[in-house]
Amino acid sequence: MTTLTDPPQESFRLSMLLYDSRYRSMTIQVIVMILFMLGAAWLINNVIINFADAGKTFSFGFLGQSADYDISQRLIEYSSVSTHGRAAVVGVLNTLLVAVMGCIAATVIGVFVGILRLSNNWIVSRLAAVYVESLRNVPVLLWIVLTMAIVAEALPTPIMFRGGEATMSLFDTVVVSNRGIFIPRLVPSSYGLLLIPVIIASLFGLRLLGKRANRIQEKTGNRPSTLLASIGIVVVPAVVVFFGLSAISSNNQQVFVTSGVGEIGSVSDLAESEKRISYCHASGSAASLNGLRHLEELGITFKRKNYFNISAAETALATGKCGLMATSQSGSEQVVQRVSSQVKDGVIVSSFAGEFTEGRAMEIEFPVVTQKGIAKFEGGTHLRNSLIALWLALSLYTAAFIAEIVRAGILAVSHGQTEAANALGLRSGKTLRLVVLPQAMRVIFPPLISQYLNLTKNSSLAIAVGYMDVTGTLGGITLNQTGREMETLLLLMAVYLVISLTVSTAMNAYNERTKLKER
Amino acid sequence: MNWHTIGPTERVTHAGGMKMGTNVPGSRCSTQRMYQEEVIMNKSVFFGALTVAGLAAVAASAGTLDDVKARGKLNCGVSTGLVGFAAPDASGRWAGFDVTICRAVAAAVLGDQDAVEFVPTTGKTRFTALASGEVDLLARNTTWTLSRDVDLKFTFIGVNYYDGQGFMAPKALGISSAKELDGATVCIQTGTTTELNLADFFRANNISYEPVPIETNAEAQQQYLAGACDVFTTDASGLAATRAAFESPGDHVLLPEIISKEPLGPLVRHGDNEWGDIVRWTLNALISAEELGITSANLAELSAGTNNPEVNRILGSEGNMGEMLGLDAAWAARAIAVGGNYAEVFETNIGENTPIGLSRGLNALWTDGGLIYSPPFR
Repeated sequence: MTTLTDPPQESFRLSMLLYDSRYRSMTIQVIVMILFMLGAAWLINNVIINFADAGKTFSFGFLGQSADYDISQRLIEYSSVSTHGRAAVVGVLNTLLVAVMGCIAATVIGVFVGILRLSNNWIVSRLAAVYVESLRNVPVLLWIVLTMAIVAEALPTPIMFRGGEATMSLFDTVVVSNRGIFIPRLVPSSYGLLLIPVIIASLFGLRLLGKRANRIQEKTGNRPSTLLASIGIVVVPAVVVFFGLSAISSNNQQVFVTSGVGEIGSVSDLAESEKRISYCHASGSAASLNGLRHLEELGITFKRKNYFNISAAETALATGKCGLMATSQSGSEQVVQRVSSQVKDGVIVSSFAGEFTEGRAMEIEFPVVTQKGIAKFEGGTHLRNSLIALWLALSLYTAAFIAEIVRAGILAVSHGQTEAANALGLRSGKTLRLVVLPQAMRVIFPPLISQYLNLTKNSSLAIAVGYMDVTGTLGGITLNQTGREMETLLLLMAVYLVISLTVSTAMNAYNERTKLKER
Repeated sequence: MNWHTIGPTERVTHAGGMKMGTNVPGSRCSTQRMYQEEVIMNKSVFFGALTVAGLAAVAASAGTLDDVKARGKLNCGVSTGLVGFAAPDASGRWAGFDVTICRAVAAAVLGDQDAVEFVPTTGKTRFTALASGEVDLLARNTTWTLSRDVDLKFTFIGVNYYDGQGFMAPKALGISSAKELDGATVCIQTGTTTELNLADFFRANNISYEPVPIETNAEAQQQYLAGACDVFTTDASGLAATRAAFESPGDHVLLPEIISKEPLGPLVRHGDNEWGDIVRWTLNALISAEELGITSANLAELSAGTNNPEVNRILGSEGNMGEMLGLDAAWAARAIAVGGNYAEVFETNIGENTPIGLSRGLNALWTDGGLIYSPPFR
């Protein structure tokens, strides 16, 4: 007979926290957590005490104060009367711009060099090795400074373009100077942006065409030629829509709006006016660009003042910083109303027909060197030398690491794959593209993510070349002018943290999708 | 933290400049306590280094004078190299107009003009260096403004150079006025009042410009000479000093417009008025010396005693000025011995006979129509 006894009453003793393996790990974790919290609390407490001793407060109120400094490269409207917060946003956008441009360029160069390093051509593979070793073994800051020095010292100055000592490149369309590179800029008319969805639709069409060709190839073994059809799908709709839209916009009559003390009622008044009129040019507005060209054709001398967009130009007109702007006939009344409501007493705002139209659906603005005053370039998109230097240096440097990652990825694909592909009769280019790289991508991708993150973080060296990224605006001038070290640096760290985490989340999601599915 | 009650020898000043620690009742200052204190402080140095330097602004440190004496060296923030104001000479010894202030203070406090640790700071790092306690005194062409005084919490102890922001342009640019600078690319030393004045000037004159922010004077000089910017702007004295270092200074002009008031002076942290007084009166001693005709040549002779009571009070043969400041009687005599009086310091470093070639202008004595003036030693 067996007697069932109750299991021994297990009483909990304090020592069990340490000696009982059921509790021990929990105990250690709790202790670590407490130590961590104590450390953090101690640091924070010190900061608070030091802040109190220095009579400082912790507040982000400075972000709403006027910044009072100018930033050269701005992707959104900004002037010295904008707030520190806006300056920070301008900086973040500049950081993102150089990071995105850098990641794309680094990937292209990196993949290319990585493949070259495996080339059977001895010279080519050695050269690629020299590139990789020299780039990645020198600090990136030196590369940035060196690139900037080359750009600033070796390229021609604007005055040389005026004198004819230097000429523009690519059939007079691109300026390469020590102030940076100016490329032609597309300026859409009011309907011009409709071209973009058309082009996107064409690209979808291309994809469908490719799928169809694949289907036929799988069914019959012959791939139909898609070249002509591709060209047709891309070009025909775009051209038709372009001319259609141009027909509309070239009938779209434009008017000039002026503000000033004396009344100006026609273009001939402008020509007779003794004072040189200043023209408010809104960048990216076709009306403004054509107005500018119209004035030039008429031979009227004027001073060009550039503003970020139409509303900035309107404000400038209202405050008397410039006296003339172009706008569409339909919207001119509203413009006159808006401007008149802001002007000072005694200033007359009027509009008159300009005898010019909005032109083609997509106008191209070419850079030119100014002939009067200080030599500089006007028109086109300005890629500043600081951006060029930073972009080049970061991409070339990161590309060296990416090249090694690509090489490792390719070497990780079993050689049998290449041999099998060769046995099937695939040429080496196709072997690489269709067999090796798709498999190598799975190895390449994870380390590639961290290179992208590195590039993004390295972009904070921008101040070395005077590129105003977020470290330069928020962590530089704003910090210095407001004396809010704690707030600005915390904010700056948060910005980089958010950017980096976003990049890695996106890339990891992609990695998850493409990696080998194992069951 | 009660630092006053701990003797000067136990006081620890951190490299990172952060005062971290615990509330140790200083009255019970047994050996064991002191040992614990050491341990705690070592830890705090470690954590201080972990935290980003300058993340936390620092307690206004009382007793800078004691700190300096205990250390035996004055930490003086100067520029990274601006000929005439602060730059190492051919033998690597720091020299210049601002450097002389540092040396004069060191001579007054420590009796040795070489007991100075010169800390080169950029326009951007200088305030953090001073606020964090890395330097005891900042003598680096710093403009006295309300926000720096009140918001950044520094005490400007006086003005040693009245300056204004100007522009330098190559002669080849062919302009004679800053108002013709429409569309110019302008190199600016970042982290200074310069960029704010510049924004104001161009906005007020309704002309556009392209700012190129640059970290140090040397880089700005390189970019300007390479033609990456049309003009270079900073304080007129700085422009003169920079131009003096050019290969052909004659090819560059200083434009006539002075677009701002820039009273430059040494500064210290808020909260230690005794220390501020020492620096202030060291500068005033140099100025008074010029007013009273004390020069490096006749200093020894005058120190013995003269029949001018104010000279006697400065040089310590009469009165107890030194004692009031917490120094000895000959403090001012030692300060003047470093580089002579204000006029001598000016002439040797930046005056008309130097490559920098600045005239006294606003920086003449008030009796000569300038603004340099010292309150009386009484």
